[in-house]
Amino acid sequence: MSVAIGAAVAVLTGIGAGVGIGIATGKATEAIARQPEAAGQIRSNLLLGCALAEATAIYGFVIGLAIIILK
Amino acid sequence: MSGIQNTLTVELQNRTAFTIPVLGGIPVADSVLTSWLLMALIMISVLLATRRLKPDRPGRVQALLEAAVSFLNGFTKENIGQHWRSFAPWLGTVAVYIACANLSGILGFTPPTKDVSVTAALAITSVFLIYGGSFRFLGVSRGLHKFAEPLPLLVPINVMEIAIRPLSLCMRLFGNVLGSFVIMELIKALVPVAVPVAFSLYFDIFDGLIQTIVFVFLTALFTGEALEQEA
Repeated sequence: MSVAIGAAVAVLTGIGAGVGIGIATGKATEAIARQPEAAGQIRSNLLLGCALAEATAIYGFVIGLAIIILK
Repeated sequence: MSGIQNTLTVELQNRTAFTIPVLGGIPVADSVLTSWLLMALIMISVLLATRRLKPDRPGRVQALLEAAVSFLNGFTKENIGQHWRSFAPWLGTVAVYIACANLSGILGFTPPTKDVSVTAALAITSVFLIYGGSFRFLGVSRGLHKFAEPLPLLVPINVMEIAIRPLSLCMRLFGNVLGSFVIMELIKALVPVAVPVAFSLYFDIFDGLIQTIVFVFLTALFTGEALEQEA
């Protein structure tokens, strides 16, 4: 039981990643709407930011798995 | 709970494909075998595709290859700067390998990138590329000076990055592939018919390609940053 709760708490990192990626994408969309000619550069920066933000969720997921499997 | 736990434990382990009977037996993991298969496949297709290249009258295959290579060169030049030429072949090779490895899940193989050793090896080669390139093109003293930029106060953080960068590259790729693998297994256990196909489109194809781009892009970005010359 406590293992399941621990894993669930670890996976809560997904909240932060979701909010972060949402904000980043929203801002990128605004930026592209304002300056469509810079779309390529904005997209590559967005991709980088999303990858870094998503990493936190991935760490949570890996730790959650480690908790379940190694307990 | 314990059912899921057992499934996960089984899926996480890297099955040993066979054992080489020398020195008391060297175990060869499934991921290594799949990697060899993919490597053979890539080598053969590359040899076949580049067999009859003509400089004056490019065929359809050659036009496609040229477009791919010039895209790669442009991407590398944009991210790394003036020393891009030595890095482009490595980045292209890694991109092709990771893309094929991630997509091999569709054909029913176990993706090699689901093995943390494979992604760790890729991440460590990336780090050698980043710091090796910095020392090669900036010289030893300038390369060491890079650690004290932009402030000497940041030396500990820059030194820590040597370990953090490969860790995050490795865990990002591994976690993504493993995560989509686990979710696909759960979906298959829940609804075995039709539904997994739609999800497979996202998890196997889209996510696999995105992770390829992210890995190569981050490596190129870090390398470009390591090679940046102070004006």
